[in-house]
Amino acid sequence: MAPATSSASVRLTSARLTSPFVAKIEKLSAQNLQACYQCGKCSAGCPMAAHMDILPNQVIRLSQLGMHERLLASKAIWICVSCMTCNTRCPKGVRIAETFEALRETKLRTAEREDYLSLSDISPEARAALPPIALISALRKLSS
Amino acid sequence: MTKLTYYPGCTLKNHARNFDVSTVSSMGSLDVEIEELPRWNCCGTVHCLSSENIINRLAPVTNLIRVKEMGSSEFMTGCAMCYNTLKRANLDVKKRADVLDTINDFIYQEETKYAGEVDVLHLLEYLRDRVTFEKLAAKVKKPLTGLKVACYYGCLLVRPKEVAFDDVENPVVMEDLIVALGGIPVPFPMKADCCGAYHTVSNPEIIADRTNKIMGSAAEEEADLVLVSCPLCAYNLDFRQVDAKQLNPDFKHLPVLYFTQLMALAFGCDESALRFDLHHIDPTPVLTGRGLMNLV
Ligand code: SF4
Ligand code: SF4
Repeated sequence: MAPATSSASVRLTSARLTSPFVAKIEKLSAQNLQACYQCGKCSAGCPMAAHMDILPNQVIRLSQLGMHERLLASKAIWICVSCMTCNTRCPKGVRIAETFEALRETKLRTAEREDYLSLSDISPEARAALPPIALISALRKLSS
Repeated sequence: MTKLTYYPGCTLKNHARNFDVSTVSSMGSLDVEIEELPRWNCCGTVHCLSSENIINRLAPVTNLIRVKEMGSSEFMTGCAMCYNTLKRANLDVKKRADVLDTINDFIYQEETKYAGEVDVLHLLEYLRDRVTFEKLAAKVKKPLTGLKVACYYGCLLVRPKEVAFDDVENPVVMEDLIVALGGIPVPFPMKADCCGAYHTVSNPEIIADRTNKIMGSAAEEEADLVLVSCPLCAYNLDFRQVDAKQLNPDFKHLPVLYFTQLMALAFGCDESALRFDLHHIDPTPVLTGRGLMNLV
């Protein structure tokens, strides 16, 4: 797993703090991203962290700073499974899961509709074997 | 007989038929008559976390309208995922009058308008608070003596806090149920850790890892089986044991049961209420080993 900070292309800057992207994520997630003080508790307890390319606290940091290219190209936004563990533990009341959802929705709402999963990706055998609860939830979360 | 409005949910009508029939049968033993909600529809399975997405609140609300039309002010579901989705949508529209107005406008052909009159209950909550475990224990005909059970909650019964009906980090309602049924709940550190949910469709390797860890933790506590309340957890923890075994050759197979199946067993319900044929890992050998079933 490569932490975001190891990528030479990521340069932290405060230039986009008030960008329309930050405003959009704050609106969709209905919260103030600046509340996060980067304690890392969200990432420490995240059951999906081992499968993410950037960790939940890094997603919040990059969102604060409006680094949309890095965020929207990440695998992490699709791997977060809305288990809400981070939300129940964050000492600052930041709704991390809602931020991930806002990022996914941002991606799914573009004209290109870049779905992470589409029905045609699922083989007929898998469709028959998987319970409806799995198929419906996956398509609701991962496709436009 | 007390009547109780029941929302089964889609998966209980096919892959998780065992959950459905054991619910109806075991509740009958508790003198609760289950009345299935007429014309119920899929709840949508997941609550949309984006504040602006109203369309995903629609499916839960039409179910709440059906309950209101029955003249009921509450209803019960056993599926943790349906419970979570219906409860969150209900809390959301109760708080946001503008959202509820938009929904009622959109479904103008519905004769009934929803105005937040209905409450969503989970079956475990109903058993603990209304039936009470004391009264439930009195109905036990075949105590689960010696049966070691790891109770798995996953996410949806305890998170977010607004919908939790037990402690968020260390829920105990299922353990209390097992004690009432005469069994032994084992400590289970991973009881509220996520199973990976719908990644079973897109990233099954994640589920193999989660199942290996969660079931491995239950096996370390020498559990005979793992108990669940969610058909998606059940699928991942039971059927994905094949993938867990590939990941870890030392993986130990354990059966996964719904809490209602153990109730049906302890209440002496007919075996047709168990439907162990729908399981991947057959629970019969371990239950026979504990003297709770006879091998045919
Ligand atoms: S737990 Fe909360 S405050 Fe700490 S890093 Fe995560 S979002 Fe920020
Ligand atoms: S909601 Fe997402 S980010 Fe938060 S703990 Fe769960 S998987 Fe991790």
